[in-house]
Amino acid sequence: MKDCLFQMRLKLLPLAILLLLAAPVFAQVPDQSGEASLEADTLQEEPQIPPPAPPEIVEIKDSDNDHGHSIDLEWELSPDDDGTGNYVTGYEIWRGEMVDGKIEFKLRRTVPYGVKIYTDRGDAAGGVDPLPNGKDYWYKIAAVADEDAKTESEVYGPVQATGEWFHTGKTPVAVAVLIFASFSVAFVIVAGGHIDMKQFFIMWPIIFVLIIWLVLLIRLAAGASVNALWFLYAIPGAIAGSLGLAVSIGAIGFLVGWFVWRTKGEETKLYVRPLSGINAVDEAIGRATEMGKPILYVLGLGTASDIATICSFTILGRVARRVADHQSSLMVPCYDPIVMTVAQEVVKNSYAEAGRPDAYDEDQVFFVTQSQFAYVAAVNGMMLRELPASNFYLGIFYAESLLLAETGSLAGSIQIAGTDQVAQLPFFIVACDYTLIGEELYAASAYLSGEPTLLGSLKAEDWGKAIFIVLVIVGVIAATVGWDQFIEAMTVRL
Amino acid sequence: MWRRTVPIMITFFVGTVLVVAEFIPHKPFGNLGEDFSLYFDIIAVFAFILGGGNLCRVHFSKIYRGKTDWQFSIVTLLGFFVMLAAGLFKIGNPMGIQGDVTAAGSLFADLYDSIFTPLQGTMYALLAFFVASASYRAFRAKNIDASILLIAAFVILLGRTPAPSLIADFFAGAGIGFMATAFNFVPTLTDWIMDVPNLAGQRAILIGIALGVISMALRLILGVERTYLGADSK
Repeated sequence: MKDCLFQMRLKLLPLAILLLLAAPVFAQVPDQSGEASLEADTLQEEPQIPPPAPPEIVEIKDSDNDHGHSIDLEWELSPDDDGTGNYVTGYEIWRGEMVDGKIEFKLRRTVPYGVKIYTDRGDAAGGVDPLPNGKDYWYKIAAVADEDAKTESEVYGPVQATGEWFHTGKTPVAVAVLIFASFSVAFVIVAGGHIDMKQFFIMWPIIFVLIIWLVLLIRLAAGASVNALWFLYAIPGAIAGSLGLAVSIGAIGFLVGWFVWRTKGEETKLYVRPLSGINAVDEAIGRATEMGKPILYVLGLGTASDIATICSFTILGRVARRVADHQSSLMVPCYDPIVMTVAQEVVKNSYAEAGRPDAYDEDQVFFVTQSQFAYVAAVNGMMLRELPASNFYLGIFYAESLLLAETGSLAGSIQIAGTDQVAQLPFFIVACDYTLIGEELYAASAYLSGEPTLLGSLKAEDWGKAIFIVLVIVGVIAATVGWDQFIEAMTVRL
Repeated sequence: MWRRTVPIMITFFVGTVLVVAEFIPHKPFGNLGEDFSLYFDIIAVFAFILGGGNLCRVHFSKIYRGKTDWQFSIVTLLGFFVMLAAGLFKIGNPMGIQGDVTAAGSLFADLYDSIFTPLQGTMYALLAFFVASASYRAFRAKNIDASILLIAAFVILLGRTPAPSLIADFFAGAGIGFMATAFNFVPTLTDWIMDVPNLAGQRAILIGIALGVISMALRLILGVERTYLGADSK
């Protein structure tokens, strides 16, 4: 029996060997079912991650206060997003466009877990992704747990990107500028002798209301919601529709025109408080004339586009005129080549106006360097060599303020300084004889000229300050008692 | 007439458009301010040539006429031309003419690092001495205002150092409790002076400056202020 079994095994052995050798050959046969079964075996080894719950889109809208090409997305996180990233790892943002009657989605960005806002910005210059204004877009957001485990939200849309014609976040600034600008214009008119103060107090509110209504009309024309500008309604009262608005504007325009035409008031004398620094200008120039020494005028480190430098030009013009009258000499070392060019022109014209064009020397106004401390070294050297009788530092200054002013003080010069750089004011105050603090620098030119129209604009500044003081007090009270509407109306959102 | 009228018209137009553009994000107004800044930068590039030219003219003239201290003008011109040549021709630049002008090892970088930077640092360091001399003058208790300034300055100087806590520890160790409490209060007082009266004053000045800027801008836009054109405002 045993022999019989042994013989059978011997017969089966070659068959078994043959089968073993053939097994790899069978395994290499490109059999789809075989592969699927292998994959299935692998997947069974690693448990599949279940797809997470989908996020819920709250709102998708055009971005506020921009030139368009931008859409804001906001969504509720997937309930499975616990903020750890262990399960939901992020969100895919898909943007769709209509192509041949069908929405085609493209992946825009994947944001990490916990994030629930995204701004889809296109390339406004029309590059790879222009996101043009006025085109319909659809969005969907997918919560991602794994490459194969993601769940999409419902499709939201269509949404369009549009550019706005008014920055609503800057409304308080716009109102403040309008108030102040109308004040300035009105005061210039008053000071010019076109109307008197009594007439001004009637005319000013009319001009202001007119300007406010014009803004409102522009808003209406741009298709904006007028309710957003509720405070504009508060001034003229309830306006019944755009027809009423148009009639109102026409009526007010007529009133203003009539008023301006009728008014021929006497010139109004405006009181402007004395500025000791400006009153000292003549004293400083007189001193230089008596001593036979030059006057040093430093325009600061600002560029020709800075308001402080422009103010300094106007003061330089007045100073140069008086220097020409007194036949003194002037030195204007410049930090910026453009500033130098303008300053040359200003001084040249001042000499011409004084009737002494021949006394103008081109070398009076010269370029030194655009290196801050090299400039200081050069100007300090001039001070110690030339010993000018009077030094003027008017414009924008930084760390060099004290270096200049202290050297001038050591040289025994009368010094008049003025800057709008708050951090440098203490240095000028301690080292100079007179200092124009902030706005006084801007007022100096008008003050020096003594012209009613320019003084009128100074008066407007005072009124502007009075309004700000009132607003600050009201703001403090509002913040104290929790008057949120006022604080909200005054908040600027850039 | 045209010499004044045309610039005033340009100022009025550009000024008005830029003010309006501040409140309009829509194109073409949105980036108008930045675009105009670029134009200014382009003009500024040419102005550098103007500046260099003026520097040479003034100093050559000074040397030629033998004016006082004309020797300094030689140093100025020498420095100007050496740096100009070192930068333009990339002298000693390891990358040759293609290399960066400030590349390490170039003559330009060596001169800048070895001469210009130390000199600049020296000038800046002088500030410490000038602060001391200016403070000495400013803090003399000549009247009530100056005395208040002196006391405030003393408190802030003290409060910004570790001295108050060390002194407070000393008094606490000596058993003088009220003095220890007083010196422990100095840093709080310093912060209060800086955050309340100082900040309030600064903000008041800043509001005034902002109004002054608007007022000056309006004067320029409306053509009321014309001195910067080299013409009297009359």
